Amino acid sequence: MTLNILIPAALGYVVFLFVIASLAERRAETLRLAGRKPRFLRSPLVYTLSLSVYCTAWTFYGAVGYAVRSGLEFITIYLGPTLVFIGWWWFLRKLVRIGKAQRVTSIADLISARYGKSNLVAVIVTLLAVAATTPYIALQLQSISLSFETFSDDHAVAPQQLAMWVAAGLALFTILFGTRNLDANEQHHGVVTAIAVEAVVKLIALLAVGIWVVWGLMDGLPDVMARIAAADRPEWRVQPARWMGLIFLAGVAVVTLPRMFQVMVVENSDERHVSTASWAFPLYLMAMSLFVLPIAVAGMEWLPADTNPDLFVLNLPHSLGHDGLAMLSFLGGFSAATSMVIVASIALATMVSNHIVVPLWLAQRRMFEGAVREAGDMRGLVLTARRLSIVAILALGYLYFAVSGSSRALASIGLIAFVGMAQVLPALVGALYWRGASRMGAATGLATGSLIWLYALFLPSFGPNVVLGADLLTNGPFGLAWLRPHALLGVSGMDPLLHALFWSLLLNAVVFIAVSLVSFPSPVERVQAVQFVNTFDLGHPEEFHGAHGWVREASENDSEDLLAMSQRTLGPVVAQLFFESEARAQGKDGFLPDPTPDFLDRLERELGGSVGAATAHAMISQIVGGRLVTVDDLMAVASETAQIMEHSAQLEAKSEELARTARQLRDANEMLQKLAVQKDSFLSQISHELRTPMTSIRAFSEILMDDEVTSDAQIRYAGIIHDESIRLTRLLDDLLDLSVLENGQVNLDIQAGNLPDLIERALLASNSVLPERQFAEQRSGFDLPIALNTDVGRLTQVFINILTNSRKYCDADTPEMRISVRRKGPQLTVDFIDNGSGIAKKSQALIFEKFSRLTDTHQAGGAGLGLAICREIMHNLGGEIAYVPGQGGAAFRVSFPADLAAQPRTGQPGL
Amino acid sequence: MSANRSPLFLERATYRRRRMMDGARVLPILGAVLLLLPVLWTRSGGMGTAGEAVYLFGLWFGLILIAALLSRPLRAALGRENPPPNRNGNPDADAPE
Repeated sequence: MTLNILIPAALGYVVFLFVIASLAERRAETLRLAGRKPRFLRSPLVYTLSLSVYCTAWTFYGAVGYAVRSGLEFITIYLGPTLVFIGWWWFLRKLVRIGKAQRVTSIADLISARYGKSNLVAVIVTLLAVAATTPYIALQLQSISLSFETFSDDHAVAPQQLAMWVAAGLALFTILFGTRNLDANEQHHGVVTAIAVEAVVKLIALLAVGIWVVWGLMDGLPDVMARIAAADRPEWRVQPARWMGLIFLAGVAVVTLPRMFQVMVVENSDERHVSTASWAFPLYLMAMSLFVLPIAVAGMEWLPADTNPDLFVLNLPHSLGHDGLAMLSFLGGFSAATSMVIVASIALATMVSNHIVVPLWLAQRRMFEGAVREAGDMRGLVLTARRLSIVAILALGYLYFAVSGSSRALASIGLIAFVGMAQVLPALVGALYWRGASRMGAATGLATGSLIWLYALFLPSFGPNVVLGADLLTNGPFGLAWLRPHALLGVSGMDPLLHALFWSLLLNAVVFIAVSLVSFPSPVERVQAVQFVNTFDLGHPEEFHGAHGWVREASENDSEDLLAMSQRTLGPVVAQLFFESEARAQGKDGFLPDPTPDFLDRLERELGGSVGAATAHAMISQIVGGRLVTVDDLMAVASETAQIMEHSAQLEAKSEELARTARQLRDANEMLQKLAVQKDSFLSQISHELRTPMTSIRAFSEILMDDEVTSDAQIRYAGIIHDESIRLTRLLDDLLDLSVLENGQVNLDIQAGNLPDLIERALLASNSVLPERQFAEQRSGFDLPIALNTDVGRLTQVFINILTNSRKYCDADTPEMRISVRRKGPQLTVDFIDNGSGIAKKSQALIFEKFSRLTDTHQAGGAGLGLAICREIMHNLGGEIAYVPGQGGAAFRVSFPADLAAQPRTGQPGL
Repeated sequence: MSANRSPLFLERATYRRRRMMDGARVLPILGAVLLLLPVLWTRSGGMGTAGEAVYLFGLWFGLILIAALLSRPLRAALGRENPPPNRNGNPDADAPE
């Protein structure tokens, strides 16, 4: 196989890519016009495949060379990203969420947006990215020209000339599909689709070579294992420091490399795709590295010792006569290289144009015309800037390749670039998780890290006497040994890469944190910090009250200027649609919404989606001027929030109080209704009770009025009338007594007394009721005199009532009465317990009510007022009477203070 | 502002989702620790490049498998835990409103 076939094949492949990309663009355009989303073009599968831009020619060719030199160490480059992706819930989820919420266009844009939309920070990141990526692009050009050379056994090729053509072709492709439009979201359907296709091509190519090596050259897996074991070398031993350092470095790089950030965050259309990529991308990486070791071992066995191990993937099938496989392998490497170059140059061009060219142009306009109001077409400028940037970046890459030659191993260039971009890590992590991280901190940290990287790793990598003199490398600048690039601060003997990684990241982080701690962020920075760090709490930034970059309303006329400026940036159609919908959302007609802070925020984000946050911010603030948020505004928002919170707490307390009052009112109302019912029933009861004796009095007096009554009968009837009137009188006395007691108008006759005497008296008095029943008495606790000072008569009345009731209702065959007295401080308790069946549970609540009789009226011989009176008496004596259940009979407990005079009685007159 | 207070206890489905998230957070830490094992083996003479390769690829595959199992429930949680994007912040919209 010769170049005659190879060059057309490569050209054909490029044409194929062109077709794929333009088909994808056209499809997306058609769907857009139909108002639909390009679902397949933006599927999780395409997203994951586009992430494979991580696997460049360095992976495709270099991994095998790396494995030949250092054994398993090559795998660390893929294990780091694996850890980052399976841990997406920690970091990537937040990064992608913020990237979409803030519409970032590049990693420099993200960092600058977080740190107060500062262009300074963005410029540092951009320069760093250009410095780190240019060698990487050179690496891709080198690998392409090397792969061409492999096939040119008989022809002499000029590698540099070839690389130049490749670079020119790639620049053309990137300009065509990467800067086709100034998309508001900075998304490129065509490019992403082409990258996804290239991902498949390089995977298939590598797997095909691997499968051929394992099952074609060797005898399956056991044979492979045996051969690997046989080929094992001492330098393949895992080196602990490099193993850990490289896993870490690769994990950092997969996030910070501009091209990875571009496909992972900027081109992401749905953050749920990250969840699929969390396992699918590691799977892709694993598939890419599965056959690296077998191919390396096969190359060592089958190829001559002087073959470049970086080209084993190509040389193995080629030299063993498998031309088709060699061609596939060549195309795989070619696609790996081209996809990296395309995405990296788009990402870098975006950064360069948004953060360097456009700000410079704006500053220049300001100088000459005073304002951007009259500026020409921004879109054209931005697009031209991007196209020129792409050409410049590829030219730089080519220049690097041409100058440095193709001497060094692929892997070391890649790792140097990794360390360079890793300098973004402290600022990036701080941006996402630390509200105190400040612009000054980020800028100084980044600058420190970048300078150390340049001095300790990047510049020395050119070799002695290219940039840094040999004398400086061995003895340090001005003979200061502690400043030697590979032995900073006397740390010598360390692997140069780890040495640079350690010092640059350490000092970067230290400076970043220290400066952040002592500096005071601007208001815009603080607003942005909240939107970044608390992105999950806020839901969506606009919902968060007070986190606006703009505060006061701009004047009416500014709207027109804003529209004019937006048209120049977004294009007339898009800008007018946006303004119209905003105006409608505000309830206005036409194209000019009120420039509220809300609107300004949204407009800024919209513009930021195409020119970057810093530029968008600068452009808007040029027009609306001093309406930027200030520290006072932040404080006002904070105190407002505090006030609202306090207010709502007060409201809550008040509503609780209202609920309590309502409950009380309801209770009172229920009580009143109950009382009304009680009063009615009381009246009807009384009428009934009065009527019975009255009826018999009337009947017998009518009989007496008759002449035919004998004197015997006269006497008997008069007796009955007399008895009934006594009963009537007693009833009325009781009622009167009760009402006096209830109203608290009773006059208590307080005297000294002795409790045992009182009980004796009560027992004697109660014996007159049903004297034929004999009660066995058990007494306890009142053998000794107990002095009382209370209304003795009333108390005795209560005792008599209880004892009488017991005599009447105790249904035991051998009735028994237990009386026990206890003293607890000033309080005396007297229990009267009989051995009858007691009072049913449901009646226990009723017995102290008026007219409550549990048995037939006439058997009781009373009106049912006894216990009600007892209760009122005890109330007046400062004590109470209660029924005690579970005592084996009816049990009443009377408790009262021994000395009523010593007892404060509230609301009770009577003394 | 009692509406903003997150509940102290969760129902079963939400509880499970939270534990899934915990799992997703622990997985990379576990992976990192296990990936460092070859470093420890080196001290004790190592088990040869072939053996280490088998171990690493096996571990790698295991991690991918667990991540794949976790990804579906987590993707569902992604939408539920966070409010949906608002009308203007949705970059999926092909044309501005």
